[in-house]
Formats: sequence, structure tokens, C-alpha cells
Amino acid sequence: MDLLIFQVPILMVQASLDGILLGILFALIAYGMALQWGVMNIINIAQGDLVILGGYIAYFMYLSGIHPALGVIVAPVIMYFVGVGLYKLVINKVVDRDLFISILATFGISILFMQLMNFAFGADVVLANSEFGTTMLFNNSVTLPNSKLFSAIISIIFAIGLVIYMKKSKLGRAIRATAQNARAAKILGVDTEKVYAATFGINAALCGVAGALVAITFTIHPYMGLPYTIRSFMIVIIAGLGNLPGVAVSGMGLGVFEEFADYILGTEFRIGSVFLLLVLILVYRRFKLSRKREYLK
Amino acid sequence: MKLNKIILSFVSALAIILSSSVTSFAKVVGDKIVLGSAISLTGKYSSNGVHTQNGYNMAVDRINSMGGIKVGGKTYKFEIIYYDDESNPKRAAQLAERLIKQDGVEYMLGPYSSGLTKAIAPVTEKYGVPMVEANGASRSLFTKGYKYLFAVLAPANLYLDVAIDLAVEKNGGKPVSVAMAFEQDAFSQDVRLGVLEAIERTGSKKVIDDKLPKELNDMAATLAKVKAVKPDVLVVSGHTKGALTAVRQIAEMKVDVPMLAMTHCDAAKLSKQHGKNSQYALCASQWHKTLTYKDDFFKDGMTYDADFKKLFDYAPPYQAAESSAALLVFKDAFERANSFDKVKVRDALAATDMQTFYGNIKFAAGGQNVDKPMVLFQVMCDGDKCENKVVAPTKWASAELIHPIPSWSQR
Amino acid sequence: MKNNNIILYAAILIFGVLAPFMLPAFKVQLSILCILIVLALTWNIQGGEMGYNSFGNILFYGLGMYICASVQVGMFFPLAEWTESGGEKTFIHSPTQFFQGMAFGLLAAAIIPTIVAGLIGYAILGLRGHYFAICTLGLGVAAGEISGGIEIIGAGQGFTTPPFPETGNLESRGQFFYFLSFLVLVLTFVAVKSVYSTRFKLVLNAIRDNEDKAEAMGIQTMKYKIIGWMISAFFCGLAGGIMGGLVGYIDSTDVAFDGREMGVFMVLMAILGGKGTLWGPVIGATLFHLFKEGFWTYFLGWQYVALGVLIVVIVIYFPEGLMGWLREKYPERFGEVVDEADRKAQVELK
Repeated sequence: MDLLIFQVPILMVQASLDGILLGILFALIAYGMALQWGVMNIINIAQGDLVILGGYIAYFMYLSGIHPALGVIVAPVIMYFVGVGLYKLVINKVVDRDLFISILATFGISILFMQLMNFAFGADVVLANSEFGTTMLFNNSVTLPNSKLFSAIISIIFAIGLVIYMKKSKLGRAIRATAQNARAAKILGVDTEKVYAATFGINAALCGVAGALVAITFTIHPYMGLPYTIRSFMIVIIAGLGNLPGVAVSGMGLGVFEEFADYILGTEFRIGSVFLLLVLILVYRRFKLSRKREYLK
Repeated sequence: MKLNKIILSFVSALAIILSSSVTSFAKVVGDKIVLGSAISLTGKYSSNGVHTQNGYNMAVDRINSMGGIKVGGKTYKFEIIYYDDESNPKRAAQLAERLIKQDGVEYMLGPYSSGLTKAIAPVTEKYGVPMVEANGASRSLFTKGYKYLFAVLAPANLYLDVAIDLAVEKNGGKPVSVAMAFEQDAFSQDVRLGVLEAIERTGSKKVIDDKLPKELNDMAATLAKVKAVKPDVLVVSGHTKGALTAVRQIAEMKVDVPMLAMTHCDAAKLSKQHGKNSQYALCASQWHKTLTYKDDFFKDGMTYDADFKKLFDYAPPYQAAESSAALLVFKDAFERANSFDKVKVRDALAATDMQTFYGNIKFAAGGQNVDKPMVLFQVMCDGDKCENKVVAPTKWASAELIHPIPSWSQR
Repeated sequence: MKNNNIILYAAILIFGVLAPFMLPAFKVQLSILCILIVLALTWNIQGGEMGYNSFGNILFYGLGMYICASVQVGMFFPLAEWTESGGEKTFIHSPTQFFQGMAFGLLAAAIIPTIVAGLIGYAILGLRGHYFAICTLGLGVAAGEISGGIEIIGAGQGFTTPPFPETGNLESRGQFFYFLSFLVLVLTFVAVKSVYSTRFKLVLNAIRDNEDKAEAMGIQTMKYKIIGWMISAFFCGLAGGIMGGLVGYIDSTDVAFDGREMGVFMVLMAILGGKGTLWGPVIGATLFHLFKEGFWTYFLGWQYVALGVLIVVIVIYFPEGLMGWLREKYPERFGEVVDEADRKAQVELK
């Protein structure tokens, strides 16, 4: 137990801000995961690898002299087509199957992707420099890299944009209809194949944006995808399926929890405690529901 | 029942396939001496696994093209069988068994990282297979009484303790306060042990001691603590990812420390990726191209650096250099033993006393190289162009240590 | 039919006993195969028979690994000193100490995870479907991360297990671990088979097919779920203990709680062979191990691509696994009787 954070209270502000900014980025990835889970009943284990792929797009832009922040526009476009392509190749065959089948199929895709990226992009750990500078608050005792602020803002923009798109646009309404009742939507003339492909493409695009942000804010490497995958479906599960605002809250909440755990329990337990929290939350919910003789659906 | 027949045929097929896939590699095939190596071609260590493999391959090509190895009056060439250990110790141990039992390999080259070497060493020791390893620096490898393990690199605990001594020296001989962040793996934790010992030795204080989980990408919490506590030295070791993340976030969060000491700077291509931001970072290195060691195959460090760049299109980090040195050691041992007998080769290895472009090599009884000190270099920039200059030990220094690091507001 | 069965089992037993002598270079591979089969067989109890896809059985495997090694060391030497500084201090087990330690270690490695399963089962097994899957995944990851921070079992520097004592014979270590794993495999198979021939299996299947109805019928589903998990925990713990000694070096996230590989592989192997059958996991594990080793040799640099493609193909075209596919094609051979008129009358709903 380390009490530094209580001795220097301003660190709590730092921890909270770090956690929120981090959480928003994870929430974006989780949003994509929730989207395809809700609409297509698929859990995509390759989610993190799509993120890393998006990161490499931004990285290559950076190498060729283009500012990597523009990756948040270029990456989703490219990744949308990657997503649609992946759907047409593999995913469409697992859509109407057991959820579990999708886990295994996307696991296969994930290990495939990782090695292809290793082969195509090399094994170096790389990053893209945004040169965005730093924001200092509270008399320089709280420092926030502007790249993290940028990530949060872009994530929020895309998330809100997506919500609006889903509400207002034709495709968005078709997606929501299919999510509610695929058969009815089909009968009413919705091309569910197109909807599914678009949904998966949108998910890949979101991952692309997140990836570009990761390349600017952290580091990327072909084998660094899995933590993003796991974190994103943790957030979805904690929020509860279908609860999109919950995704944002859970994402931020977990981010803050992780930062505080780092200060108080020690950095070596920070990730372990997040997962333990997941287990505890699920178990708590299970007991709460069982009193009503129900269970988590 | 038919089902049982199906099962039976599967089982027999298995037996046939397994027994027929015994590949017939052996220690010496024709004029080739076969060495085995499990390398991290995939997984979290793949970046350094590739450096290691490139180092091995370059040395094999160089030795083979320069007359090969002379044993018993005949000339032989090296050949390496590679398997991918996926940066996983269980896999590495399995592959070591495979190389030795199924492929009949009798001489091994080490994997990348201490953890993987710790998994393989018991296997090679059991079968009496001499292993020359270049990337497993954990001191615990050398206290087990292994007779068949030989490490060309200096042990991990020697990486950064020099930095602490330097800091104390610059502090007028008074103890310093040290903040540390180490990744949760065998190598980094061993470097930490060395730093802890240096702290105790100099009466210094440890103010932050963070152990970073292996997949952690974000050191913001640790750096915020550092800013709050204001230590004299910040030590970070987390393989390539750790070095990159640390430099980036120290620049972004404007963390001011008088001394920043790290590992894996050159493997991370720090100056290329971070440019000016990596300035003033002190890096532990097993080797630097400006050191004046020489040998007949690679000439000296500068020549090795240039040749490697020509072959692989990037400057060799020390991981590559020490891997190349391992082959030189094997060649020298084979020729002195003048035999392929494992025990004779092992004895010849134990008696090694040579100089390579990488450094002097002489093995203690436990297997570690006692004749090659670590160097510390500092990243020094002239405008946007950055270079690594050796600053310690003074014998090899080509520049003076810049201390303390100017604060971010002054840069 | 009974005679065929006995011949089959006898053949496999004989092969198993003679294997290390017929194929001496493959002892370690075969040992690992035995352990993989144990993991697949036990996973099938949850995943195949009960419909609870567990990604957390690796918890018991890793626990068993650490417990076996800790007991083996702790019985004779101070554990904290053994693991200190990454294992710098060297203690040597005498042969008696080694085997005694191993025996007690394996005993503890089997019993303690079983107790853990019993304790947490009530909470965890109350979750259903994907919540259960993710919760168990969280358990596995949390265990790996947290154990990586515990000093006494080695933390980040890992735990080197006691070296096999010198016997003068190079093959003895391989033989010892092989026979140990084969023995555990036989025990697991016998246990699972006998469990499957009782009402217990029917209850598990009932839970899989419709848990609410089963409960409505009066079955105490929670009791059976927990017992099923405890059985898995028992053998997974044993498997982990053996693997720890076999590999010789325990790393918290890469060897012990290796969710990324072993955790997912045990699921894949059972699915590949056909979940919900007795022999499915066995065949699945064998084929999987063969393919994996084959790819790793001949497709070096592309092995994961090959494996990924294989997984995708299997999962999409053979979701019932090999055994399931065979069962569909040749139901008569599985003892199922198909009414020809029925079959012709089937209309496929697209």
C-alpha cells in the first residue's frame, strides 16, 4: 500500500484525468465491440489487431511526412474497407451461428493478423510523434500530454457522430432495426447482408481511429493488440449489452480505477486489480439478480 | 464398432507420422557444423529476436566466407537451425528438447531474453550440450553451477549500477535518491537488483519502485509520482517498449530529473524515433561502435556497424553485436578443441580468452563473461541530429557526461 | 462390441506404455500431448456437456503449477530464499526429496484448486452464457497478473522448479514426466468416462439444453455445476503441476496462467474434435498438437497464419468438430437410428 497519493493530493487530479482520458479511448474501441455484438451477435477477438492495424496506417503516414493526426481521417476510411472485406470473406459465415463460434473464428483471424503484420511491418516497436505539446494545470503540478487530450476529443467526436448517424441516417436506422429483430427487418425490405457488412466496417473504422490515436499517444507493435481486445469487451460486459452510454461511463470508470490502483496498490497490480474488479462486479450483479430469481442476460 | 476402428486408425496414423518425421539433422552434416537456436521471431520480444537472428546470420556468413572453421585438418561451415519460441518460456524449453532430441543438434546458440534462457539452460545442461548465449543476462543463470552454459554478455545487475555511482560522484560523493520503473520480467528485474545493490552500497535512497506489467503501454502514473517526489535519478528498464514509452512520456509530461538512466535505447532506435526528446538520456550498453576492440573477422566496431547497416538497413544495436560474437566464440572453441566431441568443445569454451570486436571474452566457472565491462552512453544532439556518445567508464569515454539534465523549460 | 472396446483400450494402453521407448526423441512432445488432452477433456465437462464455455480453467492449471512447485521446494528449503533474486541461491534436492516433494506437490496441486472451484463456484457459476465466459476470462487474467506481483513465488523473475536429480541416465527425466503425464491422462479419461456413464452427465446435458427447465424439474443445477467444475479443477491442477516440472521455469503470464495460449487452445482442441463427446477432445487435442508442431516446423514464419486459417476453416465448416461431423454423416456408426422417411422429409429452413 502506497500512500503517496494521499500525501500529495494533487496527484488524485492527475490520476483522475489520466484515467478519464485513457478510458475514453478504450470506450471508443468498446463502442465498436458493443455495436457488432448487439447487431450481429459477434465477439471480435481481432478487435485489438484492427486497432494496431489502424495504428500502422497512421505510422506510415508519419513516416512519409504527413502529420499522423490526420490518421484519424485516413485510417477509418481504409479500415472500413478492411472491415467489409473481412466480413465478406469470413464473418458472414459466422453471423447466424453461436456467439461462441464467432469467438473462435475471430481468434483464428487474430493470430493470422498478428503474424501478417509482423511480416509486413517488421517487429520493431514504433510510434508516431504528433508534436502536440503539453497542457500544464494547477501551477504545473498536473501535466497532460496534448496527444491524450486530442485522443479523448477525437474519440468523443466520433462517438457522438456515430450516435447521430445511427439515429438519423437510413443505414443507421437499418442497423438499429436489424439489431432489434433481424427477421422482421428482412421482411420489411432491409438488406441485412449489407447492414452486417456496414456494421463490421464501421467497427473496423472505429478501431482505425483508435489505432491512429494509440500510435500518437503510446506505442504499437504487431503483438500488442490483445490487451485492447480484452479491455473492450470488459467494458461492454460491465456496461451491460445494449447500454451504449454505459460504455462511456464504464470505460472512464475503469480507467480511473486503474490509475488509482497504480498509485495505491502498486503498478504491478494495476491490471490484475482491474480484472478482479470485473469479476467482482459480475458476481455482485449475479447475486443481486438471483434475489429476484433472475440472471444476467 | 466402426467408431473404434476409426479411432484406432487415427492413433496408428499418429504413431506413423511421428516416427517418420524424425528429421535427420545431426551435429555435423557433410561440411556443415549445425547449431540450434530457439529465437523470438514472434511475440512481444520479436523486435529483439530479429536483432539477435540478424547478428547470428551475419556472423555465420562472415565466418563461412572467410575460411570457415578448421577441425581435424578439414574446413567446415556453420549452419543454424532456427525455431520460433514465440517469446514464451514453455515453448522455448520445448524447442530446446526438440532441437536436441529430434534434430540431433549438439551445440546451441542462446535465445533472446533471460526468461527464455532460464527455461532452456536446464535442458542443454541435462544433455551436455554446450550453449553459447548472447542475450540472457540474469545473474541467477550463473549461480547454478551450469557447466555447459557460456554467456558472452555482462550480467544484468551490472547494467545500471554504474549510473548510480556516477550520480553519487556528481553529487559530491553524497547519497542520492533514486526512482525506478522496471518491467515485470526476468531481465528487467535483474537490472533492478543491480541498482538496488548500488543504492545500498552508496547509502542512497529508493523513493519509487514501480514494477510495470508486461503489456502496459502507459507510464503516466509512475511519472506523475516522479514529478511529485523529485528524485536525483530516474531508472527505467522495460525492453524496447519501455524505453520508447519512457522517453515519450517524460518529454510530454515535462518530467525533470537530473539523471535519466535506461536500457535498450539503441534497440529501440531512440534517437531515430524521438529525436531531440531523447537527448541527455543515459543508456546502458553491452557494446558501442566507438570502442576500440578488434578481431580478424569484423575488424572493429565501426566496420561492424557499417557492414551491418549495409546488410540490414539499420544500425546494429548491441543485441546484434553480442550475437555475432557468440559465433566467433564457437569457432575459436571448435578450432582449439580440434574435435566435435561435446565435452571437448565445452572444455575449450571454458578456456576461452579472446578479443572480439564486441569485447574481451573470458568465462568464469559459472559461465558469465568476466572480461567485458558495460558502457554507458549518453544521447547528445546537435540541433536535430542525435548521436550516442560513450561517457563511462572513463577509459572508453568519448565525451563528458552532461549532468544535470537541463530542465524542460530550458530546452 | 465390448470386446472391440477392450482391444482398443488395451492397444492404446500398450502404445502409451511403450511410446517413450519406441519414440525416445518425442518424450517431451508426448508428455505435452497428454497434458493437452487432459485440459481438453476437462474443459469439455463445462463447455461440451454443460454448455458453459469457460475461459478460466487455466486458473486451476496455473494454481496447480505454482502449488506443486512451492510444496516441492517448501518442504525442504525456505521458499522465499529459493525464489529470491530470481533464483540466485541454489539448493539441490536429493532424489528422495525430489520425488517426495513431487508427490505431495501434485497432491496439493490437485486438491487445492478443487477446493477453490468449490468455493468460488457458487458465485461464478451463477452467471450464464457470455457473462460466465468473460468472467472466467477475467479470473484467468487477474490470476496471471496478480501472481506476477507476488514475491515469494518469484514475481516477474519467474520460479525455477527443482531440477531432476542426477541418475546417470539421460532419458530418465523424460521418461519420468512422460509416465506421470500418461498416468494422469489415463486417470482423467477413466474419471471422465465413468462420470459420463452416470446420471451426472444427463444432468449436465439437461443444464446445457435448457437450464431453466431443468431447475423447474427440480434438479439442483448449482450442485451439479459446482461438482463438474471441481472435477475439472482437480485434473487441471494435476496437469499444471506436471507441466511446471516439465518446463522447469514458471512465468506467471507466459507459462502458468497462459490464458492467451493454453487457455484458448483447450477450447479449440475440444471444439476441433467435437465437443460433447468423450473421444472428441482426445482426437481434437491430438490433431491440434500434430498440426501445430507440423506448422511450426514446415511453415516457420507463417505458422500462425496457417494455424489461423485452420481454425477459421474448422470453426466455420466443422463447428461440431471432427466427431460431430462424422456423427452427422454416419449416424448409424454412433448407434443412432435414423428413419429414412424422416430424413427425406426434412426441409431446410434458410
